[in-house]
Amino acid sequence: MSPEALRERLSNLTFEQGTEWPTATVTALDWRALAEEVRHTDGLEFDYLFCVTGVDWKTHFTVVYHLTSTAHRHILVVKVSADRSEPVVPTVSDIWRTAEFHEREVYDLFGIVFRGHPDLRRLFMTDDWNGWPLRKDYEDPVNMIKL
Amino acid sequence: MIEEIGTTEAGELVINMGPQHPSTHGVLHLIITISGETIKKVEPHLGYIHRSIEKMCESLSYRQFIYVTSRMDYLSSHINNHGCALCVEKGMQIEVPPRAQVIRVLMDELTRLASHQLWWGAMAMDVGALTPFFHAFREREAINDIMEETCGARLTMNYMVPGGVMADLHPRFAERVKEFMRFFRSKMDEYDELVTNNVIFKSRMQGVGYLSRENAISYGCTGPTGRASGVSCDMRKIAPYEVYGRLAFNEILQTEGDCYARYLVRMAEMRQSLSIIDQLIDNIPEGDFQAKTKAVLKLPKGEFYSRVETARGEFGVYIISEGGTTPYRIKFRSPGFSNLSALDHMARGHKIGDLVAIMGTLDLVIPDIDR
Repeated sequence: MSPEALRERLSNLTFEQGTEWPTATVTALDWRALAEEVRHTDGLEFDYLFCVTGVDWKTHFTVVYHLTSTAHRHILVVKVSADRSEPVVPTVSDIWRTAEFHEREVYDLFGIVFRGHPDLRRLFMTDDWNGWPLRKDYEDPVNMIKL
Repeated sequence: MIEEIGTTEAGELVINMGPQHPSTHGVLHLIITISGETIKKVEPHLGYIHRSIEKMCESLSYRQFIYVTSRMDYLSSHINNHGCALCVEKGMQIEVPPRAQVIRVLMDELTRLASHQLWWGAMAMDVGALTPFFHAFREREAINDIMEETCGARLTMNYMVPGGVMADLHPRFAERVKEFMRFFRSKMDEYDELVTNNVIFKSRMQGVGYLSRENAISYGCTGPTGRASGVSCDMRKIAPYEVYGRLAFNEILQTEGDCYARYLVRMAEMRQSLSIIDQLIDNIPEGDFQAKTKAVLKLPKGEFYSRVETARGEFGVYIISEGGTTPYRIKFRSPGFSNLSALDHMARGHKIGDLVAIMGTLDLVIPDIDR
């Protein structure tokens, strides 16, 4: 499906202008329903989640999901926004199994909680690590540059 | 983590494999639950070589950050650099000269060959055959020498820069590559004789570590791992970059989804890489090897994503720019990370010896997973 056709098909979403692939922002509340819809609807079938990215915008977080379909080859980018003080996003690890690891990574580095995730623990950091390294206000206790 | 080790209530044993274990090729730590010798669960513990490259890149310029990515998947360093250069070029709308495009593809394919060679030797060693390792390293040495002459380095080349490549090819490059190709073609047949058709090897590989097509897609397995399960996921075919769209080569697909299928895919890919190099080595266009770019690169505000095919699968670079000289956020989508997530699913029900074979055919590079 061409990007234009995809935008028309998902016309209930608001798409950003001037992006390479159709890019839409949804709230955490709407994300589960949208994920189910784009995964299972005929003609869309986004079966392959190839990238999950956390971004800290200082006022809020977004989690960016890059989706594609192995049958139709179209690409959709969904940005889910989350509150800065208490970031919670529903998990999609039961829809795309790869999200299980990717969401753990985002949790580990940003502290965004994925509700319903089967095994949400630190992935790269040690279990007793304090803070969330990729947040913009994170200060490394052993900062080699400032020492 | 130590508390977890021991016997569970169900009489199953929980043991460590790694972080220092010869078959993990780096510091990968697996916590395995076994009943007798049958694997019930495999749980990877990552982070032993986590350097937070994504955070480091936030304070590096668009020229500097490319060098760090050589240290992720060090066996595909050219292709990592390539992905980053493509992403910056996409943002800056830089046109890469034809000569640089061909040089880049040549280097990518030589890298793929070298990476698959190392995989072939190491994987055979994991399952108990020591000789192939020495064969593979002998052949890989020839590629390293070629790289050294042109790029000045043998492992972390840092040869791709935004706008093209850092320096022109060495005058002897084409001649030496052709010499290597002649030499390596005869060795490929030897590889098949030595390992591919070996009965003991086949019985270790066939029917082990099955991954269905649906699961391969769901787990995000790409590269030879995905293609052995019948998923068409070659970025060189799906979204051709540089001159790949104009080249004649096949995407290798198998449907068995077991260790042997993954082995066959990589072996066939080596032959495809040889054919790509064949098509290009006599047709390197004359001209500039680098487009003219400013000394300080500034990406416009926006988001840019590039996807390339490394020896392990799909490598993605996602740059979010706020318009400055450094990226606001960079995300690297590493193929090994997603491929590893399927390990637990593939290993359950097999023996520990099979786990080593499965890891061998996944071709894991740990710095690529940990970043």
